[in-house]
This record gives sequence, structure tokens and C-alpha cells, in this order.
Amino acid sequence: MGYDPENPMADRITDIGPPHYEQFFPPVVKKNYGKWLYHELIQPGVLMHKGESGDECYTVRVGAARLISIELIREICDVADKHCDGYVRWTTRNNVEFMVDSKAKVQPLLDDLKGRGNRFPVGGTGASVSNCVHTQGWIHCHTPATDASGVVKAVMDELFDYFVSHKLPAQVRVALACCLNMCGAVHASDIAILGVHRKPPMIDHDAITGLCELPLAISACPLGAVKPATVKNSAGEDIKSVKVNADRCMFCGNCYTMCPAMPLADPDGDGIAILVGGKVSNSRKAPMFSKLVIPFLPNTPPRWPETVAAVKNILETYAKDARKYERVGEWAARIGWEKFFEKTGIPFTIKSVDDYRLAYDTWRTTTQFKFTSHIK
Amino acid sequence: MPKHDTPLLDELEKGPWPSFVTDLKRQAEKKPECFDILGQLELSFRDKITHWKHGGIVGVFGYGGGIVGRYSDVPDRFPGVAHFHTVRLNQPSSKFYSSAKLRDICNLWEKYGSGMTNMHGSTGDLVLLGTTTPNLEPLFYELTHDLNQDLGGSGSNLRTPECCLGRARCEWGCYDTQDLCHTLTMHYQDEIHRPAFPYKFKFKFSGCPNDCVAAIARSDFAVIGTWRDDIRIDQAAVKGYIKGDFIPNAGAHSGKDWGKFDIKKEVLDLCPTECMWMEGDTLKIDNSECTRCMHCINVMPRALRPGLKQGATICVGAKAPILDGAQFATMTIPFLEVKKNEDGEYAEVVEVIEKIWDWWMEVGKNRERVGETIMRVGLPTFLKVMEVTPLPQHIKEPRSNPYVFWQEDEVEGGFERDIKEFRKRNAQ
Repeated sequence: MGYDPENPMADRITDIGPPHYEQFFPPVVKKNYGKWLYHELIQPGVLMHKGESGDECYTVRVGAARLISIELIREICDVADKHCDGYVRWTTRNNVEFMVDSKAKVQPLLDDLKGRGNRFPVGGTGASVSNCVHTQGWIHCHTPATDASGVVKAVMDELFDYFVSHKLPAQVRVALACCLNMCGAVHASDIAILGVHRKPPMIDHDAITGLCELPLAISACPLGAVKPATVKNSAGEDIKSVKVNADRCMFCGNCYTMCPAMPLADPDGDGIAILVGGKVSNSRKAPMFSKLVIPFLPNTPPRWPETVAAVKNILETYAKDARKYERVGEWAARIGWEKFFEKTGIPFTIKSVDDYRLAYDTWRTTTQFKFTSHIK
Repeated sequence: MPKHDTPLLDELEKGPWPSFVTDLKRQAEKKPECFDILGQLELSFRDKITHWKHGGIVGVFGYGGGIVGRYSDVPDRFPGVAHFHTVRLNQPSSKFYSSAKLRDICNLWEKYGSGMTNMHGSTGDLVLLGTTTPNLEPLFYELTHDLNQDLGGSGSNLRTPECCLGRARCEWGCYDTQDLCHTLTMHYQDEIHRPAFPYKFKFKFSGCPNDCVAAIARSDFAVIGTWRDDIRIDQAAVKGYIKGDFIPNAGAHSGKDWGKFDIKKEVLDLCPTECMWMEGDTLKIDNSECTRCMHCINVMPRALRPGLKQGATICVGAKAPILDGAQFATMTIPFLEVKKNEDGEYAEVVEVIEKIWDWWMEVGKNRERVGETIMRVGLPTFLKVMEVTPLPQHIKEPRSNPYVFWQEDEVEGGFERDIKEFRKRNAQ
């Protein structure tokens, strides 16, 4: 038995879908499914859910990198086997959750986790900076404008104290996407770290004929900057290719997605933009998009000090100034964005003034504003 | 495969947050190709640019998605990652696992892959990171035969659906997110595995308006739990919060002294519709004015609970900014009772989904998300497609321009007129 390369379709199984979730529920979860009464955070990183039955489920949440090895997963399994009847789950923000059915089992679990070096920081609940969700970056992606795991490690090291405590006005969601495709959508995050390109694509005329369908490359451009052109390749032959009107390029990289002969990544051109004030929850204010406040910071591996400092400055200015329950975007909207720039000390530049589609929605069409230091 | 010097990456072994570099080094002792992952990443840190080639179409027989091809552009220097394809495993609903299941997956990946994973990818899949083309078929065979697992989606298809943990461990799940997610995932296996759409299509299921899986921001089809009767109030618990017996917001603010809990300041005044007030020490809510934002419930979970007439609101068309700008999902169906029929299917939800697909597969352009199609044709057209009665709830405010696309049959006498007859009465 087993796979037979001579006969690949033999006894093939397809379309069976994922295993049913219920078999992975800890007994206390299975018993109280749909019958939970309320919850409490008994300390940062530890949740208690009370069932109508009187049962209690204690959850210890630990931060983890998104990029993890099977060795680490096996260690997580060891912890689950020892303390949690062999059950464990992951959150949507790459945290690991260990669940136990009594308070007495919490401290031994916490002690065990603490004894394993810095691999299992407990936190990420309540008014904290929870784990930073992110994309692949240089570890695996072909279109990134920055790394992901490295930047996130540097940022989370600096914000660590806010991960393991409940001292912010509200939860702060930090997210990173390593290019504008945003396969990890960061457009509704309190603080978004976004990889951006700043140089138009180069065109590999020697490769484009075999690699790309020119009409797709041309139509990929949202601003019509990519046009058909007849050019000479390095063998001196006339070939059908494309040209790029650099004045119209918005550096989105969509042409490269469609046509591998149009690379735009560049060590100096690429870097990071910071967007703030997005949220997903419908709580109080409706969901909001993140807004661009820093158009560019350079890529400075291994620890991206400019990006780390920018994120920390925004977070701490907000932490000092916002009211209880206010998310970053609610705070900025209440004080006004002119005050946001003044209080954070972030220089306001014309790059924060929208000139893309639907731009008018963001222009101020009232005489109501605040006199901040921006007005001389 | 030899070890490479990684002075830049070594800097990321410092600091209190778990280090993926330390983890990779530990894994490399058993899976030496991890040395080449580190080596190539170090080169990217030095060059400030990726060293992965563009794309590469690989897969398993019969599937059009689930595996993403990836090749190094410096394979001679790092042969261990010359091929470095991604395998997306469809995660179980809301990501509960047994250690036995995880160990099986780890053993499979030790045999056929790099040993590195993402727990999890942005769409929700359990991502196995880095294998070679010859390994794909044997891996898939053992995955389906021995592990009873399947691949998730990639490309222009239904992407792997994802849900919040809902009723498994949360008191606010207004419908069974996990069951709906699992049932639809099984129902649409063909759509997940064989791309036939204009572009990707994502389902996300959140149990309440807190929306922990970001359905409204990230999914083409967002099902968000809600209720349409009265918030349940335990007045004794309200008094408990006021007296200070219970910690507000479930203890989420415990790390800073914000002063004594003030129900007026922290609950009544922050209610977006101002539909709450106190009569003596009794909390009153005018539920007909409530927009179910969850704030009061979040702050006093022991006193307030969602109503009992539960279901979901369906919003359509969210996406990240590429290309025309970011979109949140547009509220399309205000309330649907999310219930399973006797045959084990969610027929009413399926009907809504397939109305969208039938239309979008016909009119959607190549690489156009459904939200962009709706933007292009307009919400009125989409509401007609969905056979939904237009409601004031569909808009934030009425339009401020008068350019209505009147249909001929809506106008008395139609569009056809005789210019000669017109001129007899109205000279040029």
C-alpha cells in the first residue's frame, strides 16, 4: 500500500474536507457548547469562561511566532498532553490557547510554560497589544517590499510589556503586510505596518515574450500606465513588449503579479508605510479603515529601528491620551487628525492627502477644524 | 547541507518575544534544509530584497489549488530550498486540535517537508512551508489516506472558509459558527479545490458583531451573528457592577487605575444610539433604538446578554485595497435565521451564496472581487440580482445626486417619442 508513482490515480481519495471539529474539543468545551454564561480575565493572558452548568473553563493564551517548526508544535503537544488532556487551539492572531477545567490546574500550567525559556509568553488578552498578525515576507514570498517575521519580532520585542499587561485604553491590533496585495489584510488595524515599493517596474525584454501575456500585463494597471510597445531585445530583434509611464505608476505591483518580467522590488525603493486607526469590531463606532500617516520608512534589517520607534510612539501617545475603551481610530477621530499629528509629532506630509479614487471622501469640507501648530 | 553564518538573523534571537530564528536553528538540527532557509533569509536581510522567484504552477492531480509553487532564485547557493512549495491544509473549524492529530501532521511534514509551518495562514489554513515537487503526490496520498485531512484553497476559487470559536467557548455566539463553517466547507469541496471563479472568494463566519475573524473587513461573504429581540438583563448583576462586586469589561482594563466603575460614563454615554438610561438603580434599554454594537454587553458580560431571537446579518464584498481601494462588506441581508434543515444543510444560506455566484461568474471580470463587481454595476443592480427589497438599512444616507437610472417601464408612456409631433407643439 501507499502511493504508487506508476499508478498515481489508484485508490485516490479527494474532497474529504477537514476533520470534524468536535473531536478536538476538550471535554469541558464539548459539555458546555452553546451554554456559556459569561467570561472574565483573571489575569493578563488567562481567561475564565463560566458555563450555565457552573463549569469553568480556564484558558491560558500564549503568543507565538506565526512561523513555527514542528519541533515547537511537538513541544506544544507535550504541554497539552501534560495539562490539558491533549487538547489545544490556535486563535486567529497566531496565539496558542491551552484550556483546563479547574482553577487549580492553571498555576501548574503557567509554571510549566514559564520554565520553557521565552518560548511561551502569556498575554494578549483585554486592553493589550495582542499578537501581531502578518504575511510571509522574505521567508517565502515573491512580491514582498519588506520582511514580515523579522519586523514583527523586532516590534513585538519592543511592545512586549503591552502584550503581557492590561494597561492600554483598549485592545490595540497591530498587523503587518509585506506588500500592497495585503494577503494578510491590514486595512482595518489599529496600527498597520505595510511594505511599499517606490520604484516603477523594470521590464525584462529578453524574458517577457515567453513569460507574460501582454494584454493581461497592460490591463493589470489600474492607472493605464502600462502600454504596448515594440522594442529591441538584447539580441537586437524587434519584439512586442510593454513600456511603463513612470509618472502614472502608483507602485502597487499588480503588473508584476500578472507578469514576472516586470519586477519592481528594490533595496532602496522598498520600505514600510504606517497606517493607523482601523478597526473591525462594530462596538461603538462602525468598522473603520486604517489611514496612512507615515508614507515611508526604510528597510533596515535586522531590527528595523525606525519602524519599531514609529509604532511605539503612536502606541504610547495614544495610551497616554485616549479615554478608557477608545480604540486608536476613535481617539484620533475625537481629537481630530490635526491633533493626532501634533500629539504624535509625526510630520504631516502631502502624501497623507488622498489623490486616488474616492479621494474626495477624505477631504475636509467644513470650516470646523482646530488651530494646531500646522497652521502658521 | 552546511550551516551558514547568519550574523544579521542572530540579532533576532535577542529580546523577550519568541524568536523564529532560534526555532529555525533548533529545527535545522533534524531538518538540515532549515540551514538553507536561514542562509537565504540572511541573504535577503543583507540585500534587502526577496530571493524567491515569481510563481510556479504545481499541484496534485485533480486539484487546481491548495499548493503554491515557490522556487529560489539562488538555488545553487541554497539547494535545500531550491523548491520550496507551500501546502495549505484545511484547518478544522476554529482551530481546535488534539495533540495526536498535530503529531501526525508533524510526522508527515518531517517526512515530506522542511519542518516549518505557519500556524496559521491569513485565510485560516494550516500552512506547511517548503517542499519539493516530487514530494507532493506522496504527501497528498498519506494526507488523505492516513490523516483523513484535505487541502485548502488557493487561486480563483472558494478559499478555505474560517470561523470564530463561537459557541464552543464564548457566550455571544448568535448562531453555530463552527457548524455552518464546516457544513459549507463540506458542501463546497469542488469549489474549494477547482478554481472556476473570476477571482478568489472568501467566507468568514463571526458569531457576534465583535467580529473576531474580521469577516466584515476580509470576506466576500460575511455572516455575522446578531439578534432581533431585547438584550437580556440581569438587574442584580447590573447592581453588582455598580457596587464594584464585578470587574467591568471582564477585567480587560485591570492593569491601570481608571477609577471606580461609572455606568453612566462607561456604558450609557458610550452607547452610539443613546438608548440606555437608569431609573433609580434599574437599567433600562429602548431596544427598538439599539443597533446591537455590543459595547454594553462587552463591558458588563455578567449582566447583559444578546437577545434570544438570534441569527445573522449577511454582508457582501469586503477586500483589501488592491486595486481600487479597500472595501468593507456591504450589509445585504439584515437578518437570517441560520438554521439547519432536516437534510443537514443550511439551504437558506446556500441559496444566498449561489445567487451571488451565479451572477458574479457571469458578469465578474477576470481578477475582479465580488465587491468590485458590485461597485462597478452599483448597489441597486446588486440588490435586484439578490432579489432583496431595497431598505433604508442598505445605506448610510440617501444619495445626494439626482442621477437615477430610470427604467423605461417605470416612466409613463415609455422612452419612445415622436420628434415631429413634439415640434408641432414646440418649435425649434
